[in-house]
Amino acid sequence: MPTDAADVVVIGAGVVGAATAWYAARSGRSVTVVDRGSVAGGTTGAGEGNILVSDKPPGAELDLARLSSGLWRELAVEVGGFEYDPKGGLVVASTPAGFDALVALAAEQSAAGIETVVVPAGGLAEHEPHLTPSLAGGVLYPGDAQVQPMLAAARLLRAARAKGARVRTGVEVTGFLRSGDRVTGVRTSAGDLPASTVVNAAGTWGGEIASLAGVDVPVLPRRGFILVTEPLPRIVRHKVYAAEYVADVASDDADLQTSPVIEGTEAGTILIGASRERVGYDRTLSVRVLRALAAQAVALFPVLAGVQVIRTYRGFRPYCPDHLPVIGPDPRAPGLYHACGHEGAGIGLAAATGRLIAQLVDGERPDLDVAPFRPERFGPEVAA
Amino acid sequence: MTEFEFDERDVPFTDGQTVGAALVAAGVRSWRTTRRESRPRGVFCGIGVCFDCLVTIDDVPNQRACLVPAAETMVVRTQEGDGRGHLAV
Amino acid sequence: MATSPYDVAVVGAGPAGLAAAAAALAGGARVALIDAGRQPGGQYWRHRPGDLGAVADLHHDLRTFRALVAGAAGAVTFPGHHVWTMSGSAADGFVVRSVAGDDPRGTAELAARSLVLAPGAYDRQVPFRSWDLPGVYTAGGAQALLKGNEVLVGRRVVVGGTGPFLLPVAAGLAARGARVVGVYEANGPAGWARHAGAVARVAAKLTEGAGYAAALARHRVPFHARQAVVAAHGDDVVEAVTVAKLDHEWRVVPGSERVVECDAVAVGWGFTPQLELPLALGVGTRVDADGSLVVEVDEHQRTTVPGVYVAGEACGVGGAALAVAEGEIAGTAAATATTGAGPAAVPARLRRRRRALRRFAAAMHAVHPVRDGWQTWLGDDTLVCRCEEVTAGEVRAAVEDLGATDPRTAKLLSRAGMGWCQGRVCGYATACLTASACGSAVSALDLQGVSERPIAAPISLGRLAGDAGHTGQQ
Repeated sequence: MPTDAADVVVIGAGVVGAATAWYAARSGRSVTVVDRGSVAGGTTGAGEGNILVSDKPPGAELDLARLSSGLWRELAVEVGGFEYDPKGGLVVASTPAGFDALVALAAEQSAAGIETVVVPAGGLAEHEPHLTPSLAGGVLYPGDAQVQPMLAAARLLRAARAKGARVRTGVEVTGFLRSGDRVTGVRTSAGDLPASTVVNAAGTWGGEIASLAGVDVPVLPRRGFILVTEPLPRIVRHKVYAAEYVADVASDDADLQTSPVIEGTEAGTILIGASRERVGYDRTLSVRVLRALAAQAVALFPVLAGVQVIRTYRGFRPYCPDHLPVIGPDPRAPGLYHACGHEGAGIGLAAATGRLIAQLVDGERPDLDVAPFRPERFGPEVAA
Repeated sequence: MTEFEFDERDVPFTDGQTVGAALVAAGVRSWRTTRRESRPRGVFCGIGVCFDCLVTIDDVPNQRACLVPAAETMVVRTQEGDGRGHLAV
Repeated sequence: MATSPYDVAVVGAGPAGLAAAAAALAGGARVALIDAGRQPGGQYWRHRPGDLGAVADLHHDLRTFRALVAGAAGAVTFPGHHVWTMSGSAADGFVVRSVAGDDPRGTAELAARSLVLAPGAYDRQVPFRSWDLPGVYTAGGAQALLKGNEVLVGRRVVVGGTGPFLLPVAAGLAARGARVVGVYEANGPAGWARHAGAVARVAAKLTEGAGYAAALARHRVPFHARQAVVAAHGDDVVEAVTVAKLDHEWRVVPGSERVVECDAVAVGWGFTPQLELPLALGVGTRVDADGSLVVEVDEHQRTTVPGVYVAGEACGVGGAALAVAEGEIAGTAAATATTGAGPAAVPARLRRRRRALRRFAAAMHAVHPVRDGWQTWLGDDTLVCRCEEVTAGEVRAAVEDLGATDPRTAKLLSRAGMGWCQGRVCGYATACLTASACGSAVSALDLQGVSERPIAAPISLGRLAGDAGHTGQQ
């Protein structure tokens, strides 16, 4: 249908797709976003909304996170309405050895340009009065922030629509239009959508979309649960998490890992994570995980023992074997770009991902070298 | 007549009545204010479904007045907002 | 698990659950009976501890209740236990986890080879202006205060909504001395004439209905058909309501509004089945004639999940007599299945009874539908979600402004249904408002999106964490 022809078709109305649509529409491209579900109905809606620089060691992902956190600050002004809160993160260690390791990481991050403040045990209460007094110390990261992730996606899409983008939910991509090797649009449950560029922002399902185009992008689900408390006054000021969280994120273990990640929200609820399990798309509630999360939360903030949990939700983080996202053009299918596989950092990294994709589509020099995120890096030709 | 304390007055109740029912019988229609608009609230569903009748009993906030049986030693207090304002930092 | 599993765990001790427990015991099963209430009987036979004598006149068919309680006496009971989650399968067994209401640290975890879920229902609500004023009650809430506590919600009471349940509520209030200034039934009772066949087959229903009508006449309670309470008034407590005539789509007939002074209002618009526990187990559902999401069951009250049976309002709102019949069928089938035998044919007596009562329920739903016109009574500033104080305008904006196309997304973007009650009260209204704003009809998937509550009852972090202590390792 020629009336549907777009410069860019974005597959996925999650936060990455929304950011991509926003930046592409802002630079004058005609954009159509398609999603088989609803706005932010996948992993975006199951996230906490973290924009973190604290949980990444120096390297390509930290560079991406730095770029993204600056862009989110701009988006909070330019688009807004998604509860952007530059609250800062506080990482705590329970043992002296853990504290030493944390301080060492902070020193490396600091050298890479991240603001860090080492907080000895005695200084923690000043930052978080309800923290257990039995900790060895922590590091404060003023650069960490939070957004309400569904609102962020919805507001970015709304802003993109105001610049002419179209958002079509309930429309499933079933294949690609090709002209030789070249991708020239998508086939959908609602007809063909021709486009000169197609962006795969399908999150956890990004691998399936890639395979429809005949290319391999190894994105796999890693399940996580979050507990939600009753509405409370501000009891927790920062995003507070245990130093082990960094190791859990980087772990390749398929078994369950839990480490306490606790933060308040503008709505008053406290969100309690984080668990990681590789169990495919199993949506079964795991009481074992919920118990572990509760026990760890109460250990860190004893005041929470009497607070009620009123909700829990689970989501599937899209992870790649090397824990880096996939961002950039796919040389195996010209015209197809990928913007997926952000694991648990998708909200935080969305702004930079969208911006970089828009720059690449426009033929501009991207703000950041995307080579570490190139989609074909997993392929046999890379190994060879 | 058995009574419990509610906001420094005595509220009578009979055996087996809930805190919420005893308050309604005593002519008290609301014992909580909402978090956003500070609107008064009391019993609505009466069967533990709606959580409108939340109240602070013996310093524990957010108890459903329609479910908790009244007892003579209870100290019941009007709850403001989330009921845990003293924990705010 | 230290103790060996029960053959059958029955969740809910109302009409369906009691009947299921009694039937399962009669079938030789070891039965656990878990209920959030402190006394058996559910909402229908709600009463204070001890004898029912004082409220016997407010109750119906107490003979059945006493027989069921006697029949269920052999069950191990867990009163005052709120089930917060359940899991498992027929192959591995089921685990029911609950919070004990009286004990701040109490939790109970029990294992069972099969489950009969009889969670019942609560009043369905549609919002209207200032419906959050103290003094506005659900019809069931007024009834619970009366039957369970012998407390009147007010001296001058307006009863409104739709459905036959409004009649016993009004009759009970009047019997105990309240002045019921009017019953405002949004539908027309003449509709029943088209369903004479369905009614004639359940003579007891006729007698029951006639009894309430006579009681209302005796107390000079005016009954207004095709009228509704469309707004409440007052500063800090309800002082009056606006009632109005409705057209066939439930829009207010212009000029028909009237202000009626009152000190309490009791409203109900049919019932919403409590589906969070069945949904947690992944059972199949459907939308019933009354627009409620209900569990799909077969001849033996089996759900699509092996080993899980559902009886009563959760598989279709139909009243206590139907719930008792379904409970008996479910309890018998569950007991038989755990002994390894396939379920025997349902006795013809029960099959006929269930069929007749379901026909009656279908007629009731046909006569007392909820029409979309209620949405026109709302202002943009009318609260939809009472917990998070989310207005109708905000729910509509989630669709029109933020692109929500289903109620779950509208909920997550507007926070309607995200508070303490987790959408139990506003879920139906949010689903209707979202569908209207999208120009579509409410689907089963829509309702499922506002009915799933993986944590079915609040549990403190300490209790949840304490469980971890009991079971030892992670």
